[in-house]
Amino acid sequence: MVAKRIIPCLDVKEGRTVKGINFLDLRDVGDAVELGQFYAREGADELVYLDISATREGRNTFTRLVERIADGINIPFTVGGGISSLDDASRLLDAGADKISINSAAIANPSLIDAIAARYGSQFVVVAIDARQMEDGVWRATTHGGSRPSDKELFSWTREAQERGAGEILFTSMNHDGTRSGYPCDTFARLSEEISIPIIASGGAGSVKDIADVLTVGRADAALAASIFHFGEISVGDLKQELKRLNIDVRC
Amino acid sequence: MIAIIDYKMGNLRSVENALKRLGAEFCVTADEKIIRAADRVLLPGVGNAAEAMQNLRDADLVDVIRSLRRPVLGICVGMQVMCRHSEEGDVDCLNIFDSRVKRFVPAPDVKVPHMGWNQIGNLESKLFKGLDGGSYVYFVHSYYPELCPDTIATSRHGVMFSAALKYENFYGTQFHPEKSGDVGERIIENFLKL
Repeated sequence: MVAKRIIPCLDVKEGRTVKGINFLDLRDVGDAVELGQFYAREGADELVYLDISATREGRNTFTRLVERIADGINIPFTVGGGISSLDDASRLLDAGADKISINSAAIANPSLIDAIAARYGSQFVVVAIDARQMEDGVWRATTHGGSRPSDKELFSWTREAQERGAGEILFTSMNHDGTRSGYPCDTFARLSEEISIPIIASGGAGSVKDIADVLTVGRADAALAASIFHFGEISVGDLKQELKRLNIDVRC
Repeated sequence: MIAIIDYKMGNLRSVENALKRLGAEFCVTADEKIIRAADRVLLPGVGNAAEAMQNLRDADLVDVIRSLRRPVLGICVGMQVMCRHSEEGDVDCLNIFDSRVKRFVPAPDVKVPHMGWNQIGNLESKLFKGLDGGSYVYFVHSYYPELCPDTIATSRHGVMFSAALKYENFYGTQFHPEKSGDVGERIIENFLKL
């Protein structure tokens, strides 16, 4: 059986990781490579680096950083943030990224998924979907950090992304993100029924139980988290030991 | 010197980085003379098996690879093209390993692609020296080589399949040792010491 994956997510701004990570005994907590190596040693299965730079210089710095990450880390990593063209994807592939994650740009221009998958293979393309359940009960994909609902309905958009060549779906519920109240497991389970590619659950974890639930009841293949690791509430290694005790297949 | 064969099948950077981390000297090449002279040859590959075979034919590397007598390691699609045949594009391959490459059939607990860390077992080669059955390695693939007499490691994703193959001096791994953490580094180190 393929193991359920635990994936720390690191936000990078102008080439430096951000967020409170002062608990770690690292020489430089802002160094994305050193922090990534720390997580890899702890047992992270993959890493996601999200570029939140708003400037062109920030983007260029990020590309150079991706080269250093690729040199220094021996597990797979995905990069995301601001990827809106095949050229952007090519630049990050050349820098050594194993996968790229596209979000708003895929909604604005769905054929971007086809173009990147045709050139570099489905395994390279993660389609990230930030969806919000509206008052009428319909889940709608959003853009711009969840602030703008699009015309894409979650389930049909996920199927379309798979058909266009996505290799994985990274789904965040904007109703749950940041609430630490758990994931919408029924929605995850339905997604798993509708598509055959792996699903990564993101946004909402407040406890080990939340993560265990989305991997079992929600049938997600992986869980991505940021704050619970960065703030030292639980280490990646301890989380995986806890999941193992709950009879969840994890690598540890 | 280690030769990494460049036949335009995906990015070679992660394989290069893995060798760099081990302090090994290598070159990236499609030059027949360099490949024939190398102590070790790596055939990586990401993408489509039929396209990979076509690229090897276009680069006149089919007979070169088959005639090598030093250790050769195919990775992922690089391993699949060393098999007899692949369902992906219905293509005849290098016919080094006596295995056919088939597509995973999706099922409720069998996502396709098979992506992530899975365990390998039935380890039967010096390639896995120092590793225990049950070690986790990283896979990303939709097609798999069937079990065959050349199988030296197995894994399971819906079906049991060959995670690694060996025939004489030829080795192949369906998983990515260059992305498999410390376990993967050990496998590459073992290959370099064969």
